[in-house]
Amino acid sequence: MTTDFSKPTPPSADKRWRLVDATMRRLGNHSRGLIETLHTVQETFGYLDEEALRYVAISLRVPLSRAYGVATFYHFFTLKPAGEHTCVVCMGTACYIKGAPQLLSALQHDLEIKPGETTADGKVSVLTARCLGSCGLAPAVVYDHDVAGKVSPTDLRERLKKWTRNDS
Amino acid sequence: MTPEELEQIAEEERGTQAQFLHRVNVCLAAGCISCQSQSVKDAFDKEIANRGWQRKCQSKGVGCMGLCAEGPLVSTAQGALYQHVTAADAGEILDALDSEPVSRLVCRTDVPFFQRQKKIVLENSGLVDPERIEEYVGSSGYGALMRVLTEMTPPEVVQEVVKSGLRGRGGAGYPTGLKWSTVAKAAGQHKYIICNADEGDPGAFMDRSVLESDPHRVLEGMLIAAFAVGASEGYIYVRAEYPLAIKRLRTAIRQAERLGLLGSSICGTRFSFHVDLRLGAGAFVCGEETALIASVEGKRGTPRPRPPYPAQQGLFGEPTLINNVETYANIAPIIRHGGEWYSQIGTEKSKGTKVFALAGRVLNTGLVEVPMGISLRDIVFEIGGGIPEGRCFKAVQTGGPSGGCLPAEFLDMPVDYESLAKAGSIMGSGGMIVMDETSCMVDVAKYFMDFCMTESCGKCVPCRVGTYQMNELLARITERTATPPDLAMLEELCDLLRNTSLCGLGQSAPNPVMSTLRYFADEYKAHVEEKRCPAGVCGNQAEEAS
Amino acid sequence: MSPVSNIKTLKIDGKDFSARQDETILEVARQNKIFIPTLCDLRGLSTVGACRMCLVEIKGTAKLLPACVTRVEEGMEVTTTSERLDRYRKSILELLFTERNHICSVCVSNAHCELQSLAQRLQITHVHFPYRYPKAQVDGSHPRFVIDQNRCILCTRCVRVCEEIEGAHTWDVMGRGIDANVITDLNQPWGSSETCTGCGKCVHVCPTGALFEKGRSVAEMLKRRNFLPYLTLMREERD
Repeated sequence: MTTDFSKPTPPSADKRWRLVDATMRRLGNHSRGLIETLHTVQETFGYLDEEALRYVAISLRVPLSRAYGVATFYHFFTLKPAGEHTCVVCMGTACYIKGAPQLLSALQHDLEIKPGETTADGKVSVLTARCLGSCGLAPAVVYDHDVAGKVSPTDLRERLKKWTRNDS
Repeated sequence: MTPEELEQIAEEERGTQAQFLHRVNVCLAAGCISCQSQSVKDAFDKEIANRGWQRKCQSKGVGCMGLCAEGPLVSTAQGALYQHVTAADAGEILDALDSEPVSRLVCRTDVPFFQRQKKIVLENSGLVDPERIEEYVGSSGYGALMRVLTEMTPPEVVQEVVKSGLRGRGGAGYPTGLKWSTVAKAAGQHKYIICNADEGDPGAFMDRSVLESDPHRVLEGMLIAAFAVGASEGYIYVRAEYPLAIKRLRTAIRQAERLGLLGSSICGTRFSFHVDLRLGAGAFVCGEETALIASVEGKRGTPRPRPPYPAQQGLFGEPTLINNVETYANIAPIIRHGGEWYSQIGTEKSKGTKVFALAGRVLNTGLVEVPMGISLRDIVFEIGGGIPEGRCFKAVQTGGPSGGCLPAEFLDMPVDYESLAKAGSIMGSGGMIVMDETSCMVDVAKYFMDFCMTESCGKCVPCRVGTYQMNELLARITERTATPPDLAMLEELCDLLRNTSLCGLGQSAPNPVMSTLRYFADEYKAHVEEKRCPAGVCGNQAEEAS
Repeated sequence: MSPVSNIKTLKIDGKDFSARQDETILEVARQNKIFIPTLCDLRGLSTVGACRMCLVEIKGTAKLLPACVTRVEEGMEVTTTSERLDRYRKSILELLFTERNHICSVCVSNAHCELQSLAQRLQITHVHFPYRYPKAQVDGSHPRFVIDQNRCILCTRCVRVCEEIEGAHTWDVMGRGIDANVITDLNQPWGSSETCTGCGKCVHVCPTGALFEKGRSVAEMLKRRNFLPYLTLMREERD
């Protein structure tokens, strides 16, 4: 005996849900495809909100609590929207040895936020990565998807200034 | 696709390559790309077009050439290697193709960094265009697969791998041939092959480099493994943080499918193999086999007790073979040259070569492939060029958060699985971080414990709460508020975690602490008893930043 | 294979026992009234091997193995108590006490708590690791039940009983490591859960005072678990 199952309608008329639907279809709308689908949602919308989690969970017939458990287990996923700019400091061993902690404390000092947080004005998010694999260029920082190597606290501050200046 | 057709593709490719009088290879792996090597490549293309040299000189994007710290790197068919190349240098380099190389950009290749390496896994890195299957085929690629499919039986393939003495390159060093034969013998309707490309050790980038530089080599290794154990489906579990590796793998899979090297009835035989990617999402624990399997199944990546081992009950409950990227990358050469050939490289118990990501306080940071058994001194001082700024060597860290820190007295120790383990570290996946006197070993131990605490899945009590407690104790030591009983408690927790944790992450989490307690006890003592940090690291970061 | 080979003989603490080959060390020990401490294990639920309290020594094996998931083998020699095992078990229990806020005197499950009784049995007089004192939530939004995260030891019995027996999968674990927590649905107040059937199975399998019924005095806070083997048996019959 099978229960009738009708796929839920997307949370909004936003056309980007089609991308999410396409991923789920490619994976046979199977619960196994949960992580891959969450990747698509995050890539498309920037983060995973409750609506998105609910839609994906019900579409793939995954219990709600399991979907939430998976989304919060993996640090690549974020449940909050990121700031206008993101600054990812690599905290891999090579970067740590070559001064990443100083970069991080410079950021914390200037922006008054901790890693994983976004400034109150929504301009800058600070994140850490476990290792970008650019150890030859330590310490490395990713400014809005661009990797920069051998970064000093001064370089970092200049970039922050540029971001805040451009936006004011 | 038949062996003859494959040979024809290879012939055509070699013919095309031979038409060019000159060739310029620009490294387009992540390290050099972050130094703007793409714009260097574009500049060469433009300059070649401007000069009307399209038939005379080929400009090619290739994989990693190893010396990442000196990027962007460019090499020419004449054998010149250039470092720190910018887009503005393109014309000058082209001008010099017929004469002496541009001396101000030359990177010497007659130095130990290049001469002391032995390349098997990285043989194509920096030479072939990773986005064109024809180039891989042109350099004998997929030849081993053809040979396996047309001339060998699955047990013969397993036997060849057993004979090679290859051991898992993911860290633990389990004999690959034994693993293959267990999966081959396991009863099951469907069997699966998984390639572990969730390179999680902070300070390791070997797998990323192999995937970016030569993705077909990994696919070929997986295909041969699938044939040997009787699997028809496979997954590559790759970190989402490696977008370039993912892109090149996707391209490689599409190309192999188009040529009929992946898919159904490969090479007209009954062997079929389909492969798909699964993206890791930032969980170090997923390097553990059972956690990785849970993650591929779309679940939280928590490990489960073994047995049953994945070889008997793995992905979706079926027998599953899991090997690391570098392990698969060794397979094609083993089949091409024979297990006997491979077993002659390295030491008695550790065969072949190992790729290391050399980083930290060392002159030549980058990727190196060396025969097993080479000494740490040769890697750090010969190949690595020693410690910059006239400082002193203090320790080398191998194996990441599961490994240990080895002091100078171990520099002459051969690098093999047993020796490293005996010294209190592990081979690990190949991260090698060099430290000088500016590093505080207690701070380093705390760094790794913080990592393990953050990466603990939280399933078992000793790892979940124990890594937290150890991290707190180490924080107190680095803040110089700890007392001698705290040190005793730290040692007690090391013993507890090592013996009672559920999986390898928890069991090996104490390794960085234990190795530094063993070899750098005086530094702990200075922090606890004299309330000072000999390296001047602890407690100074806040002041430096402000 | 002859049926005889399905029966294995093994030694536990020096005494000979026979067991079916699909039985675990823990099962055999319990049948024979040999005490092995456990927390996450509960008869009728799947095993996870997470609390590490049931680790035992096996001759010829360097590693300690969890009795709850380790199957018997012919000629196996198991030791369930030793100075070393005792020390590790005490340490693990102590770590649990430091992890959250277990204040027995004000706990609804005082005197009916598995964590507490195990600590008494293993004669833990004080905890030598520092306490964390985390801020933990108490959710009383459900009309009949309360979840007090201060007392949770993350054994995941509630998660398992809800998924495996009730079939609702209202509970799961969110986050990881020291920040892990059990949650209902999308980490929402229990009272607002759409999937909870209010059956109360989770409450009755909870080993501590993390899950409890409202309006009951401490003396009445006994957990009833007879339903579990009963339901499991009836289901096996039905299948």
